[in-house]
Amino acid sequence: MKKIHLLITIFFVIVSCSSDSNSTSGDNYNRTELLTNWADNLIIPRYENYQSKVGILQTNATTFTADPNQTNLDVLRLAWLEAYKAYQYVGMFSIGKADEINLNSTVNIYPTNQTGIQTNISSGTYNFALLSQYDKQGLPALDYMLNGLATSDSEIIDFYVTNSDATKYKQYLTDLVNQLKVNIDLIVADWNGSYRNLFISSSGNSVSSSTNKMVNNFIKYFEKDIRSGKVGIPAGIFSNGTLYPEKVEAYHKNDVSKVLLNESIIATQDFFNGKYFSSTTEGSSLKSYLNYLGTVRDGQSLSTIINTQFGTINTVNANLNDSFSSQVNSNNNAMLSSYDAMQQNIVYLKLDMMQALNITVDYVDADGD
Amino acid sequence: MIETYLNKKSESITLAFFRLAFGLMMLFSLIRFTSYGWIEKLYIQPNFHFTYFGFNWVKPLGNYTYLLFFISGLSALFVTIGYKYRIAIITFFLSFTYIELIDKTTYLNHYYFISIVSFILIFLPANCNYSVDAYQNKSLQSNDVPSWTIDVLKLLLAIVYFYAGLAKLNSDWLFEAMPMKIWLPNQSNVPLIGNLFHQTWVQYTFSWVGAIYDLAIPFLLWNKKTRNFAFFLVVIFHILTKILFPIGVFPYVMIISTLIFFDASFHKIIMNFIFKLVRIKASIFNTDNQFKQDFNALGTKIRLLFLAFFMVFQLTFPFRYLLYPEELFWTEEGYRFSWRVMLMEKAGYAQFYVIDAQTKQKTFIDNNRFLTPFQEKQMAFQPDFILQYAHFLHDHYKRIGMNNPIVKVDSYVALNGRLSKRYIDPNIDLAKQYESFQHKTWILPFNDDIKGF
Repeated sequence: MKKIHLLITIFFVIVSCSSDSNSTSGDNYNRTELLTNWADNLIIPRYENYQSKVGILQTNATTFTADPNQTNLDVLRLAWLEAYKAYQYVGMFSIGKADEINLNSTVNIYPTNQTGIQTNISSGTYNFALLSQYDKQGLPALDYMLNGLATSDSEIIDFYVTNSDATKYKQYLTDLVNQLKVNIDLIVADWNGSYRNLFISSSGNSVSSSTNKMVNNFIKYFEKDIRSGKVGIPAGIFSNGTLYPEKVEAYHKNDVSKVLLNESIIATQDFFNGKYFSSTTEGSSLKSYLNYLGTVRDGQSLSTIINTQFGTINTVNANLNDSFSSQVNSNNNAMLSSYDAMQQNIVYLKLDMMQALNITVDYVDADGD
Repeated sequence: MIETYLNKKSESITLAFFRLAFGLMMLFSLIRFTSYGWIEKLYIQPNFHFTYFGFNWVKPLGNYTYLLFFISGLSALFVTIGYKYRIAIITFFLSFTYIELIDKTTYLNHYYFISIVSFILIFLPANCNYSVDAYQNKSLQSNDVPSWTIDVLKLLLAIVYFYAGLAKLNSDWLFEAMPMKIWLPNQSNVPLIGNLFHQTWVQYTFSWVGAIYDLAIPFLLWNKKTRNFAFFLVVIFHILTKILFPIGVFPYVMIISTLIFFDASFHKIIMNFIFKLVRIKASIFNTDNQFKQDFNALGTKIRLLFLAFFMVFQLTFPFRYLLYPEELFWTEEGYRFSWRVMLMEKAGYAQFYVIDAQTKQKTFIDNNRFLTPFQEKQMAFQPDFILQYAHFLHDHYKRIGMNNPIVKVDSYVALNGRLSKRYIDPNIDLAKQYESFQHKTWILPFNDDIKGF
């Protein structure tokens, strides 16, 4: 009788010790180090770079509106392109303040709403924080204001000089740039304030942890904003072959879609490899995480397979025209090849990598078998 | 000889113990399931359910699902105390099985196990002692039962373990240590042993020991000499799996179920202990009545034949995969209901699109719109899910005015540490394919070989 008591007691002790919560345990990879590298060497420097490019853009916009001429327009256009390139490095970080203020929607919704912009200009009243204003602001709206108002540069400049609404045009241009500045200032201030530590301290592996959110955002951005937005939609992937040359990124400038795509691919690969911004040093990353877990697929480490595929993407993309509008019309197959190359890496990231890292695409809370 | 065996007697307390333990565990499981909010999450929220082939008629009951769980729980309670036992166990079997049939997304081998056990219990005189029924009706009460009524449960447990062990005898499990190689490193913050999980030899050890354990445990439990040691192993093994994997109540169900292998004297001690807890004298169930088994009665004959047939079915059904070409792990044709437990790491990616046959307008499907994350996860690597979902999309888009929707999928699957590869023929119109027991020819070949069971 004593024996059975003991047995039953031992059993219940064991039972109560093994937790019944379904939170999966972790793999001991130092996620704090990973998050610290992301924050200090990638996210914050990239944001600050974009912030400084937007700062230059703002200065040049002020110069241009004060004296709209060809020289100032050229300088402003250059600053706009630099800001656009810098933005390619930060679009994937939809977390914290950027998520809160919908940075991506306020900076890069294209094609931009030309009619809406004209309405805004003539009315002079608009609230950029509203959902309905997302497609009338940001870098695509600036593209229209700097490159798309007319066919020749002199005609464009005339909108800011001789047009009866010239003051309003100048005002809208100024407001667009200011809005970009206000948003990025908020984000940088937040990261340099309390958010960095908050981000790093969320080092668990629940669905709301920083790592899981970042990985999900990263892949989603690659899938929706790079693969589909920059290439898939213009190439008619989602419209059963109906081409949309007017839906390329920076349509009015037109000859920079390839440059922007290339920048975004570099930004993506660098994030995967944990490469410091503007330095060749690599820190803790998804690559080192996979290597730590010893993830080998078909006799090759998965991180190598993914990096090789990035190489393939670059090779395929090298064949593209600077203008995707022309590319779509002349030889859309090159666009489709680019799409397929990116799609393959999305499968590697979203399926093979997520499986290895034990990160679910979303939270699944139920018993396993 | 068969008759001698069928006439062999065991003490009724063993069967009563199992009835009580099973009923209690079921009650606890159902309460746990409900308290986690899973009824809402798994059976009420989804606006579409993946049903089993031939069971399309099983529909979710909306808010009445709670009532179904209540009925199931109440019948489990009645089974526990042995009150109106026959009706209670039939009700439990039907209600529990109905719940499981609503959505195969939640399929687990241990739910299937519970359905089978409760089904077998319908045919056993588990209320013939230590039950309200026996207390109220002394003519029902008996001190013994035919041994086969206990052996049939032991046999089922033995099948579960042994077949789970057989399934592990494959080249991935034994020679690649897959999926342990993927799963163990993800658990390395387990205290004490966690750091070892990155070691290859540990991964192989877990694989081999797991396979040997499953194959050997039924024999070790059946043999009186090794029984105590075997039960010790059962406890260690299941607690370990409980710590490592999110497998809910399954370990406890198995640990407690294996107690049936012990002698009646052991069950007597436990029953006395339980009766003491609820302040009932177990001695009121002492009786000299013998269980009457009339082999000439048609009912007995049918019951025995039916159970015999059922057990033969249990022995053969898991081998039905042999009737299909292609790799079982890849196509999963004949995978379920075969005690293939924690056997592979498989995940998928499925991008569906629907094309209007006339306008050629192409719509990309955001799975989140129609499926819960859990359903999407399960759907992405199981062909029958993919097919059923494709038909659901076809019907949905037809209803909202699309002409003869064509449904195609870009689908990739990664299995046991292999690089992902395309899974479903991307050119096939899934809306024109139909579920059957035939091999699904639109699953692309695996182009690899997993040898073994």
